[in-house]
Amino acid sequence: MKLTVDGLHVTLDHQPILRNVSLDAAQGDIVGLIGPNGSGKSTLLRAVYRSLRPSQGLVRVAGDDVWKLPARTAARRTAAVLQDSNSNAVGLCVQEIVALGRTPHHGLLGRDGAEDHRVVAEAMDACGARPLAERNFASLSGGERQRVLLARALAQKPKLLVLDELTNHLDIRARFELLDLIRGTGTTTLAVLHDLDLAARLCDHLVVLSEGVVAAAGKVLDVLTPDVLREVFGVRAVAERHADGVIRITYGADPLALHDTTTDPAVTAEPSDRTPPAPVAPARPAPLTPTEHEAQTAVPG
Amino acid sequence: MSAQAAEEPHPPRTPHAKAAGAPPGRAARSLAGALPRALAARASGTATSTRPTPSAEPRTPRQAKGPRILNVPTGPLLVGLLAVLAGTMIVAISIGSVTIPVVDVWRIVWHHLTGAGATADPALDQIVWNFRTPRVVLAALVGAGLAVSGVVLQAVVANPLADPYVLGVSSGASLGAVMVITMAGGALGGLGVSAAAFAGAMVAVALVFVLGLTRGRLGPTRLVLSGVAVGYLFLAGTSYLQLQATPTELRSVMFWMLGSVAGAKWDQLGLVSTVVVTSTVFLALFGRQLNALLAGDESATALGVDVHRLRGALLVLSSLLTGTVIAVAGCIGFVGLMIPHLVRLAVGADHRRLLPLAAVIGAIYLVVVDLLSRTVNRPNELPLGILTALFGAPFFLWLLRRNKTLDAS
Ligand SMILES: Nc1ncnc2c1ncn2[C@@H]1O[C@H](COP(=O)(O)OP(=O)(O)O)[C@@H](O)[C@H]1O
Ligand SMILES: [Mg+2]
Repeated sequence: MKLTVDGLHVTLDHQPILRNVSLDAAQGDIVGLIGPNGSGKSTLLRAVYRSLRPSQGLVRVAGDDVWKLPARTAARRTAAVLQDSNSNAVGLCVQEIVALGRTPHHGLLGRDGAEDHRVVAEAMDACGARPLAERNFASLSGGERQRVLLARALAQKPKLLVLDELTNHLDIRARFELLDLIRGTGTTTLAVLHDLDLAARLCDHLVVLSEGVVAAAGKVLDVLTPDVLREVFGVRAVAERHADGVIRITYGADPLALHDTTTDPAVTAEPSDRTPPAPVAPARPAPLTPTEHEAQTAVPG
Repeated sequence: MSAQAAEEPHPPRTPHAKAAGAPPGRAARSLAGALPRALAARASGTATSTRPTPSAEPRTPRQAKGPRILNVPTGPLLVGLLAVLAGTMIVAISIGSVTIPVVDVWRIVWHHLTGAGATADPALDQIVWNFRTPRVVLAALVGAGLAVSGVVLQAVVANPLADPYVLGVSSGASLGAVMVITMAGGALGGLGVSAAAFAGAMVAVALVFVLGLTRGRLGPTRLVLSGVAVGYLFLAGTSYLQLQATPTELRSVMFWMLGSVAGAKWDQLGLVSTVVVTSTVFLALFGRQLNALLAGDESATALGVDVHRLRGALLVLSSLLTGTVIAVAGCIGFVGLMIPHLVRLAVGADHRRLLPLAAVIGAIYLVVVDLLSRTVNRPNELPLGILTALFGAPFFLWLLRRNKTLDAS
């Protein structure tokens, strides 16, 4: 199931938030959406799950423009796990939360049938949430909640999964478990991730957003170049494939010292090296002035 | 993949995080058993939260128990509660200044409903059918309406403090009613108190809607705040009129504001029952969408729910319901706040289950309270608003004490 975003423009309060954003995800692809805070990642997702209408451009899921589909039809194709601000799920138990995933499959008069129960049970199994079925959602830990919400998304039987910072605030094991779960679904996925290491592990492709435009897109190592890391993310770091086949990010001793070329551990060091402490460089350069900062984060067109 | 991860042995997790939870004595008494972990997760912060994979922590039978008190299926529960409601109504009809045997009450009611059976003593028939029955039926309708409206509004504005009056319905209705009561009737073109109250309620709600709207969307927080502000605005008018009122007028204003079903007449019940029953059925149809709203606006949208249309439709429906109820029974407080929470604590928050059950339990509750209102202080009657809170609050607080997961989010 293919996702195509083509020439997307989104405007909020007369401010352009996204400008000419395009991306593609082939069937089964996991595409990571990365970028600094406020770069428009969640906004892009909103246009995909049909919450915020773009002023220009298309979002196609399985060939159809989602904004021309009825809301329920679109929701049978695309499921999302989001960072909802006004979630009020107090009182619903886990099973009921997962069953919310069946919402787009029923009209006003539709009642849950055997098929719904089966799908809900499968989704809970897939996410290891079955033992929690009777628990009050409000009583779960962060990692358990995200599993349950992922199960809810799977119960939608989607062709496309949209995930917004699914792993934030989770402990390290929970993060890796969620990565496994996502990969295990085999569903085409568009995932906003803040942790670049996780993004590098999980994703087939990365798309970097910076101030509402695509700054880079492609294979992980082609995207996470020192230039992109410096200019978009504002840190000094390198991404390299290690001997075990995993791509890891190594940050400089002072990741904020963007222009300090005297000692550049992140760029020069072998991953296994212990870099000696920088001999002369001051502990930290003067804070960036706004204009400098803008100049640095501006993306070369 | 998840199963693999779950079965992999790994060291037991941070024992200190558990200890940071509730003291053991308290935990042992916790209703859902979810408390210790919920508290632990909160107390230890997200970074060290105890997040055992499902197999890592043996489940105790206590944990297997859901958060509900009542796990009876909805259908049988509803039928049982409807039977209780019918029984309560019959008893409520039989008790009064003259106590009439339940059997006679039943016979008279049955006769009027079906035309079958012998007619009773006309005096008894008059008391039962013309005075007490409409009153008890109205109490049931009002209780059901307020409970349903409360359930819906709590979900729609995503606020547990919401009640049927959260959008300013009561202050608008009060102003309308007080204008008629204190301005010698003719002030509003000869409108009755009920009609004026309904008109006032609708004016207030319309104002709240307009204020709550931004870019064609009704935001929950904006709605609640607009409701509060409009409420104060109308209250200013009401208070001013009350200051000008004579003691007799003031007394009827007070009585109206605290609510009563004493004036129930058969001819008003047709309209009220139509509004209450149809809007309850309609709102119950939205049960699935209401559930989705609990996940938050964005998630509900991703579930295919048109959140803003839904919110608008639900607000219009519940405002009509509340406006109708308040027009015939005054501002009966607390029922619309308490019954939804009470029923939610007992049977869970799934609206497909919650709405019909809340309707019936609200009906039972108000029939009982109305019975008390005319018996505890005989021969005087107490306004319903006093008793709904007097009897409801302690019970509600007790239930609240038993529930430990309310704040775990
Ligand atoms: N409702 C809104 N109205 C106006 N601006 C908004 C709104 N929501 C987000 N924005 C702005 O859009 C930009 C992108 O936001 P967002 O997509 O949430 O960023 P990200 O998810 O990448 O952190 C930010 O500058 C933010 O301030
Ligand atoms: Mg975001």
